[in-house]
Amino acid sequence: MADRPLPAVSHLKIPDDGDPYLEGCRCGSCGATFLGTRDNCSKCGARGKMQTIRLANRGELYSYCIVHRSFPGIDVPYVSAIVDLEGGGTVKGNLIDVEPDPSKIDFGMPVDVVYDDALGRRDAEGNAYLSYFFKPRT
Amino acid sequence: MADAYVVGVDMIKFGRFPEKSVPQLGSEAALMALDDCGLTIQDMQALYCGNLGQASGMVGQRILQEIGQTGIPVVNVANACATGATAFREAWASVKADLYDVVLAVGVEQMGRGLLGGGGGSRGISKEGLLGSGTMPSVFAEAGMEHTRQYGTTFEQFAKVSVKNHHHSTMNPKAMYQIETPLETVMNSEMISYPNTKLMCSVNVDGSAAAVIASEKKARELGLMDRAIKVRASVLTSDPWQERDLVMPDVNTCTRKAAAAAYEMAGLGPDDIDLIELHDCFATAEILHYENLGLCEDGEAGRLIDDGEVALGGRIPVNVSGGLLSKGHPLGATGIANIYEVSTHLRGAAGQRQVEGARIGMTHVIGLGSACGIHILEKAA
Repeated sequence: MADRPLPAVSHLKIPDDGDPYLEGCRCGSCGATFLGTRDNCSKCGARGKMQTIRLANRGELYSYCIVHRSFPGIDVPYVSAIVDLEGGGTVKGNLIDVEPDPSKIDFGMPVDVVYDDALGRRDAEGNAYLSYFFKPRT
Repeated sequence: MADAYVVGVDMIKFGRFPEKSVPQLGSEAALMALDDCGLTIQDMQALYCGNLGQASGMVGQRILQEIGQTGIPVVNVANACATGATAFREAWASVKADLYDVVLAVGVEQMGRGLLGGGGGSRGISKEGLLGSGTMPSVFAEAGMEHTRQYGTTFEQFAKVSVKNHHHSTMNPKAMYQIETPLETVMNSEMISYPNTKLMCSVNVDGSAAAVIASEKKARELGLMDRAIKVRASVLTSDPWQERDLVMPDVNTCTRKAAAAAYEMAGLGPDDIDLIELHDCFATAEILHYENLGLCEDGEAGRLIDDGEVALGGRIPVNVSGGLLSKGHPLGATGIANIYEVSTHLRGAAGQRQVEGARIGMTHVIGLGSACGIHILEKAA
């Protein structure tokens, strides 16, 4: 078992010294931004031009839905959100610290990417995980 | 290239048939389509079979093991919810290319109940409910909310799609459900993923549909032109790059591309279409496709459902079969079931739900991931 939390997804990076962040990459040919790393650009087809970048921890809510029915063991309701990050990159995650009510959620609302324990979920070996969430910026 | 025609087409009544195997279900529709044109499996020169759940299971060959192992080439096709349409299109293409002059396309699916999607990978921990939701109701809710963001489309307008399609299904004996659902019933049914309630989600059912496609020369030789349906356009697209598409599947751009190509291939425009069976996997999705298929200007889809223009008797009836919302959505069968529905109207044989005077119809499916298949059909002259 790992002695510290593992990243919930491979594009979440946890440096030995410093704060966690989301990793992306940008095409040196056409400028398209992607989540995580990749070899080639699926926008323009350029090969070997991808540059690894650190994605911003600030963004705005693009779209969302409010999940009321899920699989057993998953707490509902919750807000599934799609967030456009400042400087490029779009990520999906849970929007927390808001009422799951459409009248309380505004398109374009500014959010911060925050990092926390992955809701207590553990893998088969008992490892803990670190995940990311979106929080309305106050 | 000469035209290709649907000469035989049928579908089984959709439902739940756990006692039957996938090849048995597929065989039923195959035999019905053959009977529809008075041909036999011995007349078929190739089989194109669409199925998703047993994509590695040689379903086409197993159908022939049920109804006649004639040794013809079999192509098994999987393309998410566009599987049936893709099988049909491959069959059509083989006739257009003059490889064969009469072939069979079958689409079949046996579904479990419950939520689709959201499974994710096997490594680490489950991401569902941690990094948002990957279930199909959620994905299509988020696509609908994008429309709300752009044009102010309301929960009520999305819900009206279900009222309409469930109403249509009361006139379709082959639909899984034939139940009227007033607006309050739709809006007050269990919320799955806002704005999609349970009655705004398509039904997971078992089903099959099949079509016999022939060249014009063969159809004339066989004396089948009087009920034949000309395939005016067949188009398949995948999703072009969009900045959000890796986290938010884009069902719009691939549909718009496919629609533009289909109208061009047919030499027709949206005003020439008399009825449409489109991919209402969720009520939110149908609204998007009114605009994607050019039935109205961008931003007017809400008004279209409010004004009843897309209901039976309206300007351009959409999903008079009851749609996936109440006819049911057996993934691999859906694309060919749509062909059956439109063909039935073009033959003037749709009974109570007949779109009067229908000459030209369109079918549309989306396989998430993504694939879009569009066909434009016309009654043979």
